[in-house]
Amino acid sequence: MQEEQSESFVVSQENWSLHRKGYQDQKRHLDKVKKAIHNNLPELISEESIVMSDGKDVIKIPIRSLDEYKIRYNHNKSKHVGQGGGDSQVGDIVASDGSQSAGKGKQAGDQPGQDYYEAEVSIAEIEETLFKELELPDLEKREQAEITEEDIQFNDIRKKGLIGNIDKKRTIIAAFKRNAMEGNAEIMPIYNDDLRFKTWDEVVKPQSKAVVLMMMDTSASMGTFEKYMARSFYFWMTKFLRTKYEKVDIEFIAHHTIAKVVSEVDFFSKGESGGTICSTAYEKALELISKKYSPSRYNIYPFHFSDGENMSSDNGKCMSLVEELMEVSNMFGYGEVNAHSRYSTLMNTYQKIEDPKFRHYVLKENKDVYYALKKFFHKRLEESV
Amino acid sequence: MTEHRTLQYAAEEITEIAKGFGLDFYPMRYEICPADIIYTFGAYGMPTRFSHWSFGKQFHKMKLQYDLGLSQIYELVINSNPCYAFLLESNTLIQNKLIIAHVLAHCDFFKNNSRFANTRRDMVESMTATAERIAEYEMLYGNEEVERFLDSVLAIQEHIDPSLVRWRHGNEEVEPEEDTPIVRKTVYDDLWEIDHKKLRPPTETKWKKTPASPEKDLLLFILENSRELEEWQRDILTMIREEMLYFWPQMETKIMNEGWATYWHQRILREMELTTDETIEFAKLNANVIQPSRTSINPYYLGLKIFEDIEQRYNHPNEEMLELGVKPGSGREKMFEVREMDSDISFIRNYLTKELVQKEDLYVFEKKGSHYKISDKEYHNVQDRLIAQRVNGGFPYIVVHDGDYVRNGELYLVHKYEDTELDVPYLENVLPHIHQLWGRIVHLETYVDNKQVVFSYDGKKVHRRFA
Repeated sequence: MQEEQSESFVVSQENWSLHRKGYQDQKRHLDKVKKAIHNNLPELISEESIVMSDGKDVIKIPIRSLDEYKIRYNHNKSKHVGQGGGDSQVGDIVASDGSQSAGKGKQAGDQPGQDYYEAEVSIAEIEETLFKELELPDLEKREQAEITEEDIQFNDIRKKGLIGNIDKKRTIIAAFKRNAMEGNAEIMPIYNDDLRFKTWDEVVKPQSKAVVLMMMDTSASMGTFEKYMARSFYFWMTKFLRTKYEKVDIEFIAHHTIAKVVSEVDFFSKGESGGTICSTAYEKALELISKKYSPSRYNIYPFHFSDGENMSSDNGKCMSLVEELMEVSNMFGYGEVNAHSRYSTLMNTYQKIEDPKFRHYVLKENKDVYYALKKFFHKRLEESV
Repeated sequence: MTEHRTLQYAAEEITEIAKGFGLDFYPMRYEICPADIIYTFGAYGMPTRFSHWSFGKQFHKMKLQYDLGLSQIYELVINSNPCYAFLLESNTLIQNKLIIAHVLAHCDFFKNNSRFANTRRDMVESMTATAERIAEYEMLYGNEEVERFLDSVLAIQEHIDPSLVRWRHGNEEVEPEEDTPIVRKTVYDDLWEIDHKKLRPPTETKWKKTPASPEKDLLLFILENSRELEEWQRDILTMIREEMLYFWPQMETKIMNEGWATYWHQRILREMELTTDETIEFAKLNANVIQPSRTSINPYYLGLKIFEDIEQRYNHPNEEMLELGVKPGSGREKMFEVREMDSDISFIRNYLTKELVQKEDLYVFEKKGSHYKISDKEYHNVQDRLIAQRVNGGFPYIVVHDGDYVRNGELYLVHKYEDTELDVPYLENVLPHIHQLWGRIVHLETYVDNKQVVFSYDGKKVHRRFA
């Protein structure tokens, strides 16, 4: 601590390193954010800004319970005072909604002073909380472990070895050090004792791969809401599977009366008219499995989203195809988006399936994406509890 | 010469110049500290304040903006005797020169402005004690419990009565004036009237339950009348109210105080011998500080301009002013008088002239559709709007109307509506907090879309009733 005295002032510089208060309360706030995330998971995970974020890591979401509520004025219904450059006119636009111009330098943006606080939450944080609650369905421990890959890794240095594996850099360093100890810091001469060789280990790694076969009804009856539900679900599911497997492939199968493999963009944006024959999608899935995704190498997760309106004559065929699919898959998920509790021919059929690999859920509102995830990805054990 | 010694010399020189100009300040304590400490103090408003997550949130936000290079606090000054000023350790010498000049003027303002006459100059120590007491309550009653209570108190902490005269004495002896007709707004006023007359002469307790005249100090009213609060809770309520009373004059004089400090840092630095580089850096810094904004009022800039205008006009008074006895060359003298006598509201009312509004191109804007558009440039409207924004520190004016509403101990609050509506979602979230403090149903009367509405919270749900 230095201090200098004068008549009317003192300049001092102390050691502030023990002053941790800001950080302590910051932690308390973050803990509360975490808790709020946990409490709001059902609302959060269907939040549009997340699902549509396309990999942005941090998103802003209003976490209501963390606002510091005050009795305050309605900003949008108030009159404010601003200052122009000298030539402002009545009617000039000074700011607009949503069009936040990026703040330049140390000046704030163009937006009127909004102190509306939205918690910044990283997707990782939400994932952490959400995935804690999810488990891979723990069915038969299949060949999964048998899928292995042999690899070699250079991870050690020795003094003896094959001359082809010589580590030049380390050899030179060793020689240099020794020469320096003897008085001249030079590389030369290099003695045998300076030589360093890389050696390897053989490693056998179990390779885990998974494929998600995302099937969706794109017939006219599937509206924006239905597609959005499917999309949110798919977004989190693939993220979850990626934490469990090294490699997750995704195939999109869109179907109405015929099924085809499409790109992600088409899958979620394009709508087609016409009726619905679900069995076509299952056939396509089976075809993909036999062609590209052998069950011995892949963990297969077929998921089907529909509004349940299938041609009734097709239901029987669906049943047998689903059973066929389940034989090769880890699980089969059927999500029905049915906001108004219509009578669903497909669900009616599927309800008879008792195989634990078959999981289904009816989504009625945004929050249900969360419950669907929990239903699909829970341990077998919990179900019996 | 070490950096420290250079700073010491600079401070000596600036102090000398400031004294020469007649600035009158407390002894100064300049503390040099790292960024996270400055931001801690900035978030808490005080180095020694109690712990609460909302300060942590604020700190996080400010620190993040600093780390990203989006904003920077250079300086923080505390209204106390001796006066503490915190300088960022990474400041350059010229930054520190500007800041020292700036904070000396702030300190002069704290010491001499009449609004600050009652503020406790030992608040640093007092807040330390508060922080310790609250920490002790956390030990005794649990973190969650104390936090929940603090959440509620902080939600309404601005609703105090900061009048200079009133809050010094207890007010109990003040007789309600019978002759003054008080404008009644609700159909329930008759009830209130009956109650009021019957009880006269009032017994202590009964009198308090229904405030004789609408009570502005919500915190005080709850403190004295709530049946819910335990001793420790009353203690916390008292302490937070005390801190708010301390901060209040700073909210009331933001434009003046910053304008005054900006005027003086410019003036003082002009007296100093700066190198070319320093001059350029100073000019940049200063421009940054006073940059006006299209969507808000920069208090540094507006305050500076009004003070400069006062100086100009009183140095060269026009005929009208001469007739009123204004002496030519009395600009500086007038400025010192204004800094002593006024607060933002009277400052704008008395000294923001029509010419200045036009010269500075001030306007009123409001939201129309998805755009914020300039709606008015007329002098009086701009002035009125600026004043309206400064009334009650910028917070809605709420009074306790009845503390025993429908004879059921319910709390009836009234928002003194003056054309600006409340943020309804926020209000609906504040009511449960007031309910927690009051323990019974809480009502608040206001206007939405020009219709009178009463919001009520009964412990479960907020109800809305249009009159």
